[in-house]
Amino acid sequence: MAHATAANSNGEPVNYLTAEKGIWSWMTTLDHKRIGMMYLFTTLGFFLVGGFFAILLRTAHLTPTKTMMTADTYNKIFTLHGAIMVFMFIVPSVPAAFGNFLLPIMIGAKDVAFPKLNLISYYVLWAGALLAITAIVTGGVDTGWTFYTPYSIRTATSVVFMAFGVFVMGFSSIFTGLNFVATIHKMRAPGVTFHKMPLFLWSIYATAIIQIVATPVIGITVALLAMERIFGIGFFDPKLGGDPILFQHFFWFYSHPAVYIMIVPGMGIISEIIPAFSKKTIFGYKPIAYSSLAIAFASFIVWGHHMFVSGQSYLASMLFSVATIIIGVPTAIKIINWTVTMYKGHVSWDTPMLYAMSFIFMFSIGGLTGLFLIALSVDVHLHDTYFVVAHFHYVMMGGTVMAMLGGLHYWWPKFWGKMYPEKLARFGAFLVFLGFNLTFLPQFVLGYLGMPRRYYNYEPRYQPLHIMSTIGSWILASGILLTFGYLLWAIKHGRKAAANPWGAKSLEWQIPSPPPTENFLTPPVITDPYPYGDNPHGSKVKDPYIGVYGQPAFEGGSHV
Amino acid sequence: MLFTPLTFVLPQTSTMAPNTDALYYFIWYVSFACLIPTTLAMLWFAWKYRAGKNTAPTPYIDGNHVFEWSVSLVLSVVFVVIFVWGLIGFNQIYDVPRDAYEISVIGQQWMWTFQYANGKTSPSDLYVPKGVPIKLVMTSRDVIHDFFVPNFRLKQDVVPGMYTTLWFQATETGENQIFCAQYCGTSHSNMIGKVIVLEPDQFKVWLDGGDPSKMNILKIGEHLFHQRNCIACHSLGGTTDGKPGPAMKGLFGRSVALNDGSSVTADDNYLYESIVNPSAKIVKGFSPIMPTFKGVLSEEEVNSLVAYIKSLKE
Repeated sequence: MAHATAANSNGEPVNYLTAEKGIWSWMTTLDHKRIGMMYLFTTLGFFLVGGFFAILLRTAHLTPTKTMMTADTYNKIFTLHGAIMVFMFIVPSVPAAFGNFLLPIMIGAKDVAFPKLNLISYYVLWAGALLAITAIVTGGVDTGWTFYTPYSIRTATSVVFMAFGVFVMGFSSIFTGLNFVATIHKMRAPGVTFHKMPLFLWSIYATAIIQIVATPVIGITVALLAMERIFGIGFFDPKLGGDPILFQHFFWFYSHPAVYIMIVPGMGIISEIIPAFSKKTIFGYKPIAYSSLAIAFASFIVWGHHMFVSGQSYLASMLFSVATIIIGVPTAIKIINWTVTMYKGHVSWDTPMLYAMSFIFMFSIGGLTGLFLIALSVDVHLHDTYFVVAHFHYVMMGGTVMAMLGGLHYWWPKFWGKMYPEKLARFGAFLVFLGFNLTFLPQFVLGYLGMPRRYYNYEPRYQPLHIMSTIGSWILASGILLTFGYLLWAIKHGRKAAANPWGAKSLEWQIPSPPPTENFLTPPVITDPYPYGDNPHGSKVKDPYIGVYGQPAFEGGSHV
Repeated sequence: MLFTPLTFVLPQTSTMAPNTDALYYFIWYVSFACLIPTTLAMLWFAWKYRAGKNTAPTPYIDGNHVFEWSVSLVLSVVFVVIFVWGLIGFNQIYDVPRDAYEISVIGQQWMWTFQYANGKTSPSDLYVPKGVPIKLVMTSRDVIHDFFVPNFRLKQDVVPGMYTTLWFQATETGENQIFCAQYCGTSHSNMIGKVIVLEPDQFKVWLDGGDPSKMNILKIGEHLFHQRNCIACHSLGGTTDGKPGPAMKGLFGRSVALNDGSSVTADDNYLYESIVNPSAKIVKGFSPIMPTFKGVLSEEEVNSLVAYIKSLKE
């Protein structure tokens, strides 16, 4: 392996991208940064596939009856949309892609604790994904991503392959979680105490705990489902003496915590972007850090709020409603802390910050509409309607995906050493914001008016709102395609990025862009995690690596 | 037809609906009271403290315990109010009055059947008297369904192998949409019906009278075709109209191509067999998804349906 301080034939410094050449060097790499990038492109690819299905679904809803596909096709496509987005995109995306790249650098380490396990977990994800693709080509699955029994036992579609795929992908998630917990506990550079870690790492840590503890449950649940289908053992089908509601308990025991696997890392990204683009210390470091952990633990005792009308007991519903309220408070505290961080800052309106502000607005809507669903009597009306669909899309897409897009723009110069075109990026962010809200705001109204989810045909009175939503989805899709287009373009043709184009202060900005394979050429200087402005714990450090290779700082970026 | 008027109002026709709506609107007010100040503050900070305006280093403000605890406390109080209010409504939904009039509900792919105390059944449409507490005792013959009446603000899963109950008291006469709200397969979105609320004396007349045998056989067939929800999967026109089953118009007497490559003439026997043993002959291009109606329909009812289908000429 070439030494990082060596230069290549053009006299340019060697970095993790140029250290080794060829596809094989990528496929066998143990470098956390390369594995992170492979995860990034894989999961974004799945996101485009899942998004394509979403556009098909929305377009089919232009008319109340058959528009462009049969009912069976519709049922398979909404199942694939959900299963791909959940298991193949949003669960692995931020932790495995951003976490892999950033976690070792942010704690001043050379790599994760178990680099080989890290590579294995990537291939395990692909093994599971191939099983899921097998399910698609052998007839598809029409159960919804929730696999509710006994329908999932009786349908003629390829449930076993899909279940097995979910089972295998779960191991990828567990391996990543184990690796990150071990890395954070054992690999921190001297001086990086827990309270000096950037908040992104607290969120990754909280997520990793959920991944390790909750994921085995979904594995066991889908394994039981597969055994019931293959061997006719009666776990869940009442015809065989099973209990169909038991499946729902098992399923949500994983899948509710999984919601936090999806959103907590997004919160972590926002906690990085807002101080960096406000040039100000984060407001309420400890409340944000500990609320991530609080949310992680509380996520295990709220699964029954998905089941208020399932036939579970009155007492259970009451307790799950109370427990869910408890999660509302730390979530609200985070939103307020991010907003207050901007107070008296130097707020620049670069694309990552635009996405962070979009996140605050839309995630607030996602959180507040959750209040409707914890109120027992109101949930009885809204359960399984478009209101729920809109609510969780505001959390998952308005939350996690906005954070992820913000993170992509924030760290793109670090990943590739190239800047993206800022004006185009702001226009893309505007399209995404407009399209997203136009897609999902009408769905709250549809849900209140009684439109059930997973409906192929609908009552004609719902049509105007459906048309609005569909047009919104097209705008959203064009914003996403534009964004991915110029980001890819920038890898080859973008302007060269400085080591620290944003004037940000966490450790990844102390090293060159893109980073060398070893991450740190000299031991990093450890300070307070957000040493901006008048922060008395960080004033000694002033972007030591800016311009280290004689690159000009990016003009469009903002500095203190 | 393309642009039906946009409405944000849903009729309230049960005793539960006003309370549920009151809480629903209360939560909207709370949400706006949280969202608007947060968003305005964010936009104000972004504008007022925009980069380049002021070059002095930003102040060090790492938190404020009093601020965070007061926000938490205020929110906790509001959340508890929402929880208790929701619980009060939930109690009302759970507490079935002792004198409630019981009706059995059977869900199956993809229709509802309602059975009344005197043995009378009504498919798809539930008839109830106004102002009387009604208790539905529900179960499913196959997979999980969900009995959902938006106008009542009520829903309850209908689970195979157990009974779930739901009670309501209708406050207005008229029709109320029933949806199946738990995904149940191909024709999930066609598993719909109506709750028809009658004046109590009208309901009595409906319950005791209306002997179908006095009706014309074609009328009975037409009635059954809708009531048994054949219409969910089979269009009455000459094309499938997007429905999963073959179209009915002009079917009788025609030669029908089958999935196994053979063909058959759609005579009386074919129509009879297709109702009581639908998987015996599958029409080319369709899936074997139709449930059997053997034992569900009487011989007279099957005869009426066959007669009705025969009458649907091109």
